[in-house]
Amino acid sequence: MTADLITITIDGTALKVSPGTTVLEAARKVNIAIPTLCHHADLCSDAVKKPVIAASNCRMCLVDVEGQRALQASCALPINAPMAIRTSSPAIRRARRDILALMMSEHFGDCPACKRNGNCELQDLCSEYQVDTSRFGRPGKPLFARPDPENIIQRDMNKCVLCRRCLRTCTFYQGVNALTPTGKGQDVSIATFMDREMMDAWCINCGQCVNRCPTGALVERDDTAAVWKAIENPDKFVVIQTAPAPRASIGECFGCEPGTPMTFRMNTALKRMGFDRVFDTTFSADLTILEEGAELISRLYKTAVLKDNSAALPQFTSCSPGWIKFIEHFYPDYLPHLSSAKSPQQMMGAVIKTYFAEKNGWDPSKVVTVSLMPCTAKKFEAARPEMRASGYRDIDYVLTTRELARMIKQAGIDLPAMEKSPFDNPFGVSTGSGVIFAATGGVMEAALRTVLEVVTGDKVENLFDKADIVPVRGFDGVRMAEVTVNRVGPVPAILSRLVPDFEWLRGATLRVGLAHGTANAVRVMQDIEDGGPLSTCHFIEFMACPGGCLGGGGQPIPTSWEIRSARANAIYGEDANYVVRKSHENEDVLRIYREFFKEGPCSHKSHELLHTHYQERV
Amino acid sequence: MDIPTHLQSEVEQIISVHGRDRTALLPVLQDLNRAHSYLSQEAMLCVARELGVPRAEVYGVATFYSFLSTEPRGKYVIRLCRTISCAIQGKYHPAVSALLEELGVAFGETTRDGLFTLERTNCIGLCDQGPAMLVNDEVHVNLTERSVRAIVREYRRKAAPVGA
Repeated sequence: MTADLITITIDGTALKVSPGTTVLEAARKVNIAIPTLCHHADLCSDAVKKPVIAASNCRMCLVDVEGQRALQASCALPINAPMAIRTSSPAIRRARRDILALMMSEHFGDCPACKRNGNCELQDLCSEYQVDTSRFGRPGKPLFARPDPENIIQRDMNKCVLCRRCLRTCTFYQGVNALTPTGKGQDVSIATFMDREMMDAWCINCGQCVNRCPTGALVERDDTAAVWKAIENPDKFVVIQTAPAPRASIGECFGCEPGTPMTFRMNTALKRMGFDRVFDTTFSADLTILEEGAELISRLYKTAVLKDNSAALPQFTSCSPGWIKFIEHFYPDYLPHLSSAKSPQQMMGAVIKTYFAEKNGWDPSKVVTVSLMPCTAKKFEAARPEMRASGYRDIDYVLTTRELARMIKQAGIDLPAMEKSPFDNPFGVSTGSGVIFAATGGVMEAALRTVLEVVTGDKVENLFDKADIVPVRGFDGVRMAEVTVNRVGPVPAILSRLVPDFEWLRGATLRVGLAHGTANAVRVMQDIEDGGPLSTCHFIEFMACPGGCLGGGGQPIPTSWEIRSARANAIYGEDANYVVRKSHENEDVLRIYREFFKEGPCSHKSHELLHTHYQERV
Repeated sequence: MDIPTHLQSEVEQIISVHGRDRTALLPVLQDLNRAHSYLSQEAMLCVARELGVPRAEVYGVATFYSFLSTEPRGKYVIRLCRTISCAIQGKYHPAVSALLEELGVAFGETTRDGLFTLERTNCIGLCDQGPAMLVNDEVHVNLTERSVRAIVREYRRKAAPVGA
């Protein structure tokens, strides 16, 4: 294939590239940085199945091509013949500086108070090019209406540079299509259908647009003030749970490499900030696995043995709130397939305000439940009317990784320098199965470790080396795996209400599917509708965000495949090191079934507090 | 949102002409816009559902084209050319003043009786016969103070119910 390569020079450096490579890509190969505000590697990768043309909206990547009169946008310039390129010259620098000054002439915002201050691509470039805003001026007042403060996704057109990363993410990467360009020429804007607020649009709150916005035009609702207020209130017991994904990423906000685990240092920081208890969401992740796993066994039993077709298969996971809102909007006919188990966040809230409050003599009305999540959609989930079976909101406030990092800094705490300390009891046993919830395939792996062990009565290590169920791991957008049940064991007491034996599963092949990023969920749903291989699955894990929660919309910015991989490595590394790596071996979970949910998973009481149902959204 | 039955059947009828391919989006929107003077929220939702095109994208297309509107407009949309070749021709400014006076609205507004919406347009290719304007898709050229008043009155007369 060498014969097909084309020789070009960039700033005097000769290199060979394959035809069709863009000048921007070629320059990056030889470590020549060309600034961009609209190009994003995620949006030009193979993960995006639809043809995505380079945006070439921001014009920051202009380069000089020998023999061409005008400067060219390097992101949209494919190399098909030998060429000589300059990426830095007086004309290029002048053009970039003018473009930035023009962007600033329509940019209304208060940099010091902006959520992206210090982590803003526009700000960085303005600094790099020493943009003189007196040249074209700055707006003295907002040019667009500000978003309603209640929106979880805060979209402020006053700070938008019209790069369209958000809308390409929403359309091609997530398949949600909440956003569109409107108008033309100088009137172009980015809007939802009928220019509605984000909270009234068909938006799933995944926050992937926030992660890719080069400015502060897209940020999440700031709930930090409410949490500080609760902490300062002496009448309130403020309890925080921390999800696995932020632990592998929050270090990035403190200058650490992606994938630096902060789990136990964060516990110390949270206590110092004034939280009364710090619990581990892996507890309720394990609780979710027991409920969801028991539900799966009972659906399979109903279908295979009782010939009752009311149990919808494949069962879909229900822990990703972006995915939940997605299916409510786009595939409402499939709602019965969703596991009725609440997400780990909500289960934790429900047991804190019932079991834990009771046990400690705390008045649940004075308990404030906060959760640290990698997720913007969790803010929506927490506010759902379905999520208050105890009489109180399961979860009062959700903080994203970015919000908590800001609070830790406000408290004057240098997180990486903290000592390590454990989680609090009774929800403090960290397990590997709970931790891997953060990665795509993790819920499935945790569920399989438990279901296989419960059904076969055999150690899962005898089926998969070190209990690592590698077939469900990885970053492929849609995956399938199958396991054959070669032996069956006795039904454990905890499930004896649901099935009499497991004989009916002997020799059966359990098929599972996985999808991450809702554009991949669309592919799965299409395959199911067409009666394809995924329709034969028994259980499918759906994660709204690419990479799973570790790539969540509330995670530190920037994001890229490399960053997400580093976080995944941290998560699987933690899993490998934990003593308890299976949900059904989590002592805290077993205790809550002994003391509180006495009839086991999927019983009346657990249904009341730990399960829910969803409805079509129009 | 519930789509009114009559709208649903209207959209289905239009789609039976243009087909269900996503390329039918523009002609379908044009027909609806012609029939109602604008594209209502319900109409766009109905088209989105029937063609399987995201609702936001339908809205994006509807707002992109000057001849489609997402706000109610008059029965007759007057588009007066504002390009320099029309504007420098002798009778332009008096004709514009007369038009504004006859209609009693400013540019961008709709008359209270719902008959006329007045807009400016860029060049409509009638520079040799300017000043020029369009009323829906009819062309009027060589505009003068007198002729614009006469044109407006003629449309009023046409729109009046028979016998009134």
